[in-house]
Amino acid sequence: MSKFLVPLLAFLLLVGLFVIGLTKDPSRIPSPLVGNPAPEYALPSLRDPDALVGSADFAGQIALVNIWATWCPGCRQEHGFLMELAAEKIVPIYGLNWRDNRPDALQWLQALGNPYVNSAFDVDGRVGIDWGAYGAPETFLVDSNGMVVHKHIAPLTREIWEQEFMPLIAELEAVQ
Amino acid sequence: MIPELGHFALIVALALALCQGILPLVGAHRNDATLMSVARTAAQGQFVFVVISFACLTWSFLQSDFSVAYVANHSQLALPTPYKISAVWGAHEGSLLLWILIMSAWTVAVGRFSRNLPAEFAARVIGVLGLLSVGFLLFTLLTSNPFLRLEIIPPDGADLNPLLQDPGLAIHPPLLYVGYVGFSVAFSFAIAAMLTGNLDQKWAKWTRPWTTLAWLFLTIGIALGSWWAYYELGWGGWWFWDPVENASFMPWLMGTALIHSLAVTEKRGLFKSWTLLLAISAFSLSLLGTFLVRSGILVSVHAFATDPTRGYFILAFLGIVIIGALVLYAIRAPELDSSAGFKPVSRETFLLLNNILLVVAAAIVFYGTLMPLLYDVAGIGKISIGPPWFEFAMLLPMLPLAFLIGVGMHAAWRSQPQGVLARRLRVPALIAVVVGVALPGLVYGRSGILVSVGVVAAVWIMLSSMLEPWRSWRRERGAAAMPRSMLGMSIAHFGVGLFALGVTIVSAFNVETDQSMRTGGTVDVAGYSFELRELRNAEGPNFQAIEGRVEIRRDSELVGEVLPQKRQYLVQKNWMTEAGINAGWNRDLFIALGDQLGNDTWSVRVQYKPLIRFIWLGAFIMALGGAIAISDRRYRSGA
Amino acid sequence: MLAVGLAAAGIALATVFTLTAMKDSMMFFIPVSDVVAGEYPADRNFRVGGLVVDGSVNREPGSLEMSFRVTDLRCELPVRYTGVLPDLFREGQGVVAHGRIGSEGDFEADTILAKHDENYMAPEVAESLAEHVSEQTAGLAEGSGECTSP
Repeated sequence: MSKFLVPLLAFLLLVGLFVIGLTKDPSRIPSPLVGNPAPEYALPSLRDPDALVGSADFAGQIALVNIWATWCPGCRQEHGFLMELAAEKIVPIYGLNWRDNRPDALQWLQALGNPYVNSAFDVDGRVGIDWGAYGAPETFLVDSNGMVVHKHIAPLTREIWEQEFMPLIAELEAVQ
Repeated sequence: MIPELGHFALIVALALALCQGILPLVGAHRNDATLMSVARTAAQGQFVFVVISFACLTWSFLQSDFSVAYVANHSQLALPTPYKISAVWGAHEGSLLLWILIMSAWTVAVGRFSRNLPAEFAARVIGVLGLLSVGFLLFTLLTSNPFLRLEIIPPDGADLNPLLQDPGLAIHPPLLYVGYVGFSVAFSFAIAAMLTGNLDQKWAKWTRPWTTLAWLFLTIGIALGSWWAYYELGWGGWWFWDPVENASFMPWLMGTALIHSLAVTEKRGLFKSWTLLLAISAFSLSLLGTFLVRSGILVSVHAFATDPTRGYFILAFLGIVIIGALVLYAIRAPELDSSAGFKPVSRETFLLLNNILLVVAAAIVFYGTLMPLLYDVAGIGKISIGPPWFEFAMLLPMLPLAFLIGVGMHAAWRSQPQGVLARRLRVPALIAVVVGVALPGLVYGRSGILVSVGVVAAVWIMLSSMLEPWRSWRRERGAAAMPRSMLGMSIAHFGVGLFALGVTIVSAFNVETDQSMRTGGTVDVAGYSFELRELRNAEGPNFQAIEGRVEIRRDSELVGEVLPQKRQYLVQKNWMTEAGINAGWNRDLFIALGDQLGNDTWSVRVQYKPLIRFIWLGAFIMALGGAIAISDRRYRSGA
Repeated sequence: MLAVGLAAAGIALATVFTLTAMKDSMMFFIPVSDVVAGEYPADRNFRVGGLVVDGSVNREPGSLEMSFRVTDLRCELPVRYTGVLPDLFREGQGVVAHGRIGSEGDFEADTILAKHDENYMAPEVAESLAEHVSEQTAGLAEGSGECTSP
């Protein structure tokens, strides 16, 4: 074998390493929650501290649960798309305002628009932990039996929506 | 309209890049002058359309057009105008556009300055550059389009990451990219030479100035990045061995090796296949760096938001480019071996050693950077490799290299007569040893073996590199002036010496302490006393801050006043540390606010950093040496 | 021949040195639950990571000494640290610490890292959290979700 082939072979080995490495992308770890019942919660509403909102609100329907916070730049990034999604009225979006403070969060919705049917105010982050959130934003698709069907970590985009969520929603609607 | 125009211009640029990539190569193969002549025109056209596209994106930023998703996510109404411009390349999509802009600028420059090259060769070089452009344009258009619109327009943007709102970071990426992309020229020269099957000494002469130019920009880019990290990341380190930093350091090491091996190939026609391999490697490592930064395969503080689709795309592109080049290399390189010989003591030997040591250094960085990935893939565990390992491992190639530089510069080609070197270098060597042993103790009151070795090496490099310019200057009357390329080399090596001195002294005598400090209190570090006079509120265009006013005194004489800040940016809400730095040629005094501990008590980090400026100064002098070398008349004469 | 022999000896020596040095600065990431269960290297530094437990951050007034607890959503580990904290350190957020277990069983950190960017969480931390979320929420087999220390 020619010594001039050595660089080529070394590089091919490296490519192999990278391909395996790419499949280990952490945002692709299947969530253990997927295929299991969505954790139940009832929390004060963001808008009205005396009212309780929670998982009972979307029982029996297909819904999105979106974990967000004003300190999270990714949330701002996806906010425009959530607004579009809300306008399209495909599925209702329920917000979980996570480890945030009320005035900031209300002001945010005032300034950027409110895509949520309602937002629960999870100030100590307990419910977020139940949902297995380890960062925001995270978005969950819940079916009409209250099962988590899909989870997306990182900002939601049109592309991801069309590729990952729409087929699942179409399937769920067909079953109904 | 403007964003659509930008998008459209990018598509036109892709079409032109396809012409530039295919027609000249076919033309060169068939020896068809008409097809070959397309090369320059297509390259110029592509450049014009990329400029239009880039201008459109910049315009969208200046107008705060938040209907463009990329603008909405990385700008804000209150963002100061200079940062609105630098925000264009502040994230993945725009920085790719900048990369493409720089690539097409390089291509136009190559087209302009290659008129005295054989037409066939020039056509191939520009063709290969065109194909590389196609890859990047496709990547941008398919996975990272910066012109995508939002249907619902947010009233204000999400702001540029506060870390990037800094002059250092506004100019660091463009310079770095000029360097990275510049290696694509050396790469294309190498591919063209292999396609032609003709690699002679003239080839090396053509390639040299381009390589040096790319290298000098990369040098400045890396130095600026290090400077930025020093004052902006807040905690006073100047190099963290972070994967993204390593991704820029590896092509630098390879590029440095390439510059030296090109010298041998030009002067003596030796090391041909080795030079080709280095030219391929330097650019491949630039591409690899891009891949590592943008695919999310390695964890880094600098990494762009990650997206596996992009990762696969770059990996595919990387694979095609590098595998193609290496296959061509495996076919053509065996024909290139030359027969000229050289004696064991000669400049060739020293340059060979230089190359081996630099490649070993690059291999060490490569190994350390990819080790965590290897462990993870093999399922052994999740590891991280800390700076101590890199620092120690780098000494192995770098120490011998430091001592060889001084001798190698003065060695003659082919064969070095015995005794001459020793006679000439006796004095610098003696001075270096004396200074190295005495200086640390005299100036800093402390010494050690490693410090002394470092100082000896640094002084040795500086003195021996100035020996020739000094002799030439002394004999100025009547004596022929030193050629620019020689002077450039000497100056660049002097920069290496300054750099080595800075690194040695700052590593050995850096003082760092975390303390709690209340208003009116003082902290003493290395003979300087830092007094926190007051804490007050300060405001910027898009942030508010708590600012400390710190007076620094030495023997009760005022040295200066610094204003460290803790900033909170209004949109992104996160806190940022702005260090207060009192800079001097021989030391930096550094204080950063940590956390509030009580009413008017803060934790602070105070540091004394002797000679840290020499690190960046040395890098800039290396780059200056490169610039002087390029200006040598030899490179401007015809083929 | 002599030159080749010397070079080989040099390379061998260099490799030994490098690998030795590597042992000290190569740090394994150990999930919090494993640390609590006693499965950690006692003689060298390692990294732990997870979320900073809400309300666990404790600071002596006016002092640089502080302590907090880090959780992987199954077990909690007390961490002690002296010094300046990174800007993005906060309760409920991800954190990575370098250090080793001290004599009192606490993790004595010499470096605390928080992310530079809100979007980013060290993947190993994310992974170790993801593992235990299931046990908390999905009601798996009895006992498997509990923190067990020896």
